Amino acid sequence: MEPILNFLSTPIVEGFFSASMRLAIPIMLAAIGGIFNERAGLSNIGMEGFMILGSLFGFVIAYATGSIWISIAAVIVIGAIQGLIMGYFEITLKVNQVVFGITMNLFCVGLTSFLYRIIFGVGNSPRIDPLPTLSIPVLSKIPLIGPLFFQQTILAYITYLIVIITAIFFSRTAWGLNFISSGENPEAAETLGVDVILTRYIAIVISGILCTVGGAFLSTAATGLFVQNMTAGRGYIALAILVIGRRNPWGVFGAALLFGAADALQLRTQLFSFKIPYQFLVMLPYVLCMVVMILFSRTSSAPAALGEPYERGGKKE
Amino acid sequence: MVNDHTNNKDSFYHRFFDKLRSSSEFFYSIGAVLLALLIGAVIICLIGSDPIKAYKALYRGSFGTTNAIAETLLRAMPLALVGLGATVAFRASVFNVGTEGQLFIGATAAACVALALPDLPRYLLLPLMALAAMGAGALLGGLAIFLKIKFNANEMINTIMMNYVVIYFVSWLVHGPIQQPGSPLGQTEKFSVNGIIPVILKRTRLHAGIIVLLILVIITYFLLEKTVWGYQIKVTGKNMLASKAAGIKVKRIFYSAMFFSGALAGLAGMFEASGIQNRMIENISSGYGYTGIVVALLGQLNPIGVLLAAILFGALQVGASSMETMVGIPSSAVSMIQYLIVIIFIGKNAFPRLWKRFHTSKDKRA
Repeated sequence: MEPILNFLSTPIVEGFFSASMRLAIPIMLAAIGGIFNERAGLSNIGMEGFMILGSLFGFVIAYATGSIWISIAAVIVIGAIQGLIMGYFEITLKVNQVVFGITMNLFCVGLTSFLYRIIFGVGNSPRIDPLPTLSIPVLSKIPLIGPLFFQQTILAYITYLIVIITAIFFSRTAWGLNFISSGENPEAAETLGVDVILTRYIAIVISGILCTVGGAFLSTAATGLFVQNMTAGRGYIALAILVIGRRNPWGVFGAALLFGAADALQLRTQLFSFKIPYQFLVMLPYVLCMVVMILFSRTSSAPAALGEPYERGGKKE
Repeated sequence: MVNDHTNNKDSFYHRFFDKLRSSSEFFYSIGAVLLALLIGAVIICLIGSDPIKAYKALYRGSFGTTNAIAETLLRAMPLALVGLGATVAFRASVFNVGTEGQLFIGATAAACVALALPDLPRYLLLPLMALAAMGAGALLGGLAIFLKIKFNANEMINTIMMNYVVIYFVSWLVHGPIQQPGSPLGQTEKFSVNGIIPVILKRTRLHAGIIVLLILVIITYFLLEKTVWGYQIKVTGKNMLASKAAGIKVKRIFYSAMFFSGALAGLAGMFEASGIQNRMIENISSGYGYTGIVVALLGQLNPIGVLLAAILFGALQVGASSMETMVGIPSSAVSMIQYLIVIIFIGKNAFPRLWKRFHTSKDKRA
C-alpha cells in the first residue's frame, strides 16, 4: 500500500490527475448543456461553434476588463443570445437541425478568427492571468481524489455544482419531467399542459450558456490565451459524450473525465519524447471517442422525438 | 393513353409550378448573397475601411483578369467536387461531415501511386491515381456507415472524429515514411511529369480537372434525377422507414451514397495534390472539405446549383486574398460572409414570417 500511495503523490502523477479534470471541464459543461436540449427533443450540433465563441469572448473581455468574472458574466449573455438564435432557427423556423448546426460551427470559426485578427492584429498573442487554482484544505491532500477533484479552479467547483443540480432537476423536479416529456412525446406533453415550444427554447438557452462558458473555461481558466480553432473538435466530442453518458449527468461526468484523462495523458507523453510520433498521441482522444462511442451506441437510446420539429396542435402553417 | 390532353396539361402546370418554385429558391440564394454582402459592407465600414473599394478589389481579384478567373475556377473545383458528393449524401440523409478527412486521404493515396509508379505513361498513371484517391475516400466514408449499421454509432460524429485522426495520420506520413528526403517540410517529393494533371489554359494554372468536374456534374445530375438509384436515395432520405417498407435496400443506399460522397472528396484531394501542389503537402486543404458541405446546401442539393455555388465561393475566397493585400481587410472576413450567406439561406423562411407578422400587427393597429 505504501509504495502505491507514494507513487500517487509524486508531482507528475498529481499533475496528471489535476490536468485530467481541467481538460474535462469544458467538454463536461458543453455536454451537460447538451443534456438539456437533447432531453427536450432538440439537437445542438452547434456546440463546437458555441464553445469557440465562448473562448474568444471570454478571453477578449477578460483581457479588456482584467476581470474573469465580468468576462464569464458577459459570456453567459452571449451564450443565451446564441441559444435564442439557434432556437429561432430550429424551433420556430424548423430548419434541419444537423445542417444548421454544422453551418453555425463553420460560421463561428470564421467569426472568431476575424474578430481576433481585428482586435489583436497579426503576430500578437496576448496572454491573461488564468484563474488561480483553489485547493480545498484537507480534501486536496487525499491521494488521487485530492488532485483530481479538489486542486481546481473555482469554475470547476461550480461545474460540479451544475452537474448535481442537473441530476436533481431531471430526477426530482416537475420541470425536469416537462423537459423529458417534450423530448419523448411532445404531443402528449402539450395535452398535459406543457408548453413544448417554451420548454425547448429554455433548453437551448441553457445549453447555449453552458457551451459558451465551457469554451470560456478553455481560454480563461485552463490556458490564459486564445488560439484560433482552440476548441479542436471538443464540441463534437461533447456530442459523443452525450451518447456515451446516456444523457445522464453522472454518466456525462464520468465520460467527460475519461476524455480529460486521455487528453492529459497525450499531452504529458509528448513532453517525455518517447519514440511515439506526436501525431499518434494527439489522435488519442479522437480515437478513444470513436471506440467508446461504438461500444455504447447500441444500448444508448436517444429521446424519441429528438431532432423532430414540433408543430403546435399538429397544424401546418 | 385516353387522357392524353389532360395529362399534358397537368404535367405542363406541374412543370411550370416546379420551375417557379425552384426559381424562387434560386432567387432566395441570390438574395442571401446580397444580404450577406450588405452585412459584410457594414462590418467593413465598422472597421474603418471603404466597402466599395473592398468589393472592387474582391471582384478584380476573382474575375478581373483571365488569370483571376482561372484561379477562381481552380478554387471552385474541390468545393464543387465535395459539394456534389455531399449533395448525394444529404439527399439520402447520410450526414457525411468527414469530407475533409476523405480529401486528405484521397490526396495521400494518389500521391503514393504517383511516387510508386513515376514512369507509367500519363494516360495510365492519372486514372490510376484518381482510382486510388476515390477508393481511399470511399472506404473511409464507408467505415462510418459500417459503424452506423453495425453498432448504431452516429455517422456524423464518427466522420468528424475521423477527420482529426486522418489529418494527423497524414501529417505523420508526410513527415515520416513518404517525406521528401532531406526536406524539413511536411511534404513528399514532386510528382513526375506523368503524375501531374496537364494545364489547359496557357499562362494560368487551370488544369484539365475542370473538364472532369463538368462531366461529373452532368453524371451526378443524371444519376440523381434519371435513375432508380437516385429516386431511391431521395425516398430513403425523406422517410427511411417507409422506403424500407417499400422494399428499398436502405443499407445499400446508405453505403452507396457515402461511397459516392467519399470518392468525390478523395478525387478533390487528388486534384489539389496533382493539379496544384504537384506533390502531397501537409496542408493540402484549407477546409475545402467543410466548405464544400455548405456549398451543397447553398446549391440546394442540385448538381448545377452546387457548381454555381462553388464558383461563387471560389471567387469569394480568391478575391479575399487580393482584398487583403489591396485594402487590408483580413480574408477571414470573407470566410465569415460565406457562411453568413448559407445561414441566411437556411433561414429564408424567416422573411415571409416576419413580413406576415409586420402586416398583421399593422392590421391590428388599424
